[in-house]
Amino acid sequence: MADPMKIRATVQGDVADVRVLMAHPMETGQRKQAGKAVPLHFIQSITAQLNGTTVFSADISQAISRNPVFAFKVKGAKAGDRITVTWKDNKGETRTDETTVRGGS
Amino acid sequence: MRHVLMVGLAAALAAAPWLTASAQTEDEINAEFEKFRAVLEQDNPAELWEVKGEGLWKTPRGPKNASLEKCDLGLGPGVVKGAYAQMPRYFADVDRVMDAEARIVHCMITLQGFKYEDLAKAPFSSATRTPDPVSIVTYVAAQSAGMKLAPSQSHPKEKEAYALGKEIFFFRGGPWDFSCASCHGLEGKKRIRTQLLPNFADPATAIAAVQAWPGYRMTGGVMHSLQWRLSDCFRQQRLPKPDYASETLSLLMTYLTVNASGHVYKGPGIKR
Repeated sequence: MADPMKIRATVQGDVADVRVLMAHPMETGQRKQAGKAVPLHFIQSITAQLNGTTVFSADISQAISRNPVFAFKVKGAKAGDRITVTWKDNKGETRTDETTVRGGS
Repeated sequence: MRHVLMVGLAAALAAAPWLTASAQTEDEINAEFEKFRAVLEQDNPAELWEVKGEGLWKTPRGPKNASLEKCDLGLGPGVVKGAYAQMPRYFADVDRVMDAEARIVHCMITLQGFKYEDLAKAPFSSATRTPDPVSIVTYVAAQSAGMKLAPSQSHPKEKEAYALGKEIFFFRGGPWDFSCASCHGLEGKKRIRTQLLPNFADPATAIAAVQAWPGYRMTGGVMHSLQWRLSDCFRQQRLPKPDYASETLSLLMTYLTVNASGHVYKGPGIKR
């Protein structure tokens, strides 16, 4: 399985600020190593769920940089809720991680 | 004649607005860089290597199939919290001052049975590979985040390391006659590159030498430690390449870290 993501979710009022750090080479297919172009290898889709309900889904391209940070806000969250994030890449690899929403200051 | 001169002057000024408009001050430009750095620090990919390094520390590996949990970083076997902030320091078992990564390499050799030659072959990160000592030193450094830098200077060899490190810092050599001080000891009076390079000889600004290292370098998306940074400085000065985890680099790191003593270390950082 691919390297784990780091997900942080803090809630203020009823809006949770979620920040996801994903480990992925995000190869554009343009970079050359030892004279040869490294093949395309990038995250194609990201989905996020709040307590099992999808709240966000995105299709991204190789234009996104290596080890990308993905941040979003979700309304209707409270401390203790579960945030689950899944990514799928062009090689069919996938990774799912989750975290618990924490109360903010 | 005078009329032509006046028109010429006016045209020249119109074409060069920076001569008449007020320029941004040095401080204003630096403030923008600091703002940029602060935003980047919020979600640092270095955290991914902290997790990786922790796994490498705790997992039995190598020919001896042992973990690093008995490694003494100066605060006793297995004590990681706060160790990085007190390094470089003297270690009696090797009768030498060692920086954190040199000590980790030493533990990988003695506790796990790895060979120095294998670890020194390709010790720096590439886009597709991070050497284990780099991940481990990132984890170790993270356990000193928020602590004041306090490298030990009580042992005679630690004091000597500072003095020798200072000599190395000011030593001019190579085809360009460069020393570390050529770029990092100009006291703000001269400029060797377009951006401001901090003075590491001054205790007020020496923190910039060790802050944010180990650091995730966005150029290439790689995790680098001070071993890489100092080695690359030698390359930029056109000096011979220092041996990986060598005493030379421990001495230099002693000088830099002692100069930065008392400042809070923020843990692994992020670089341009």
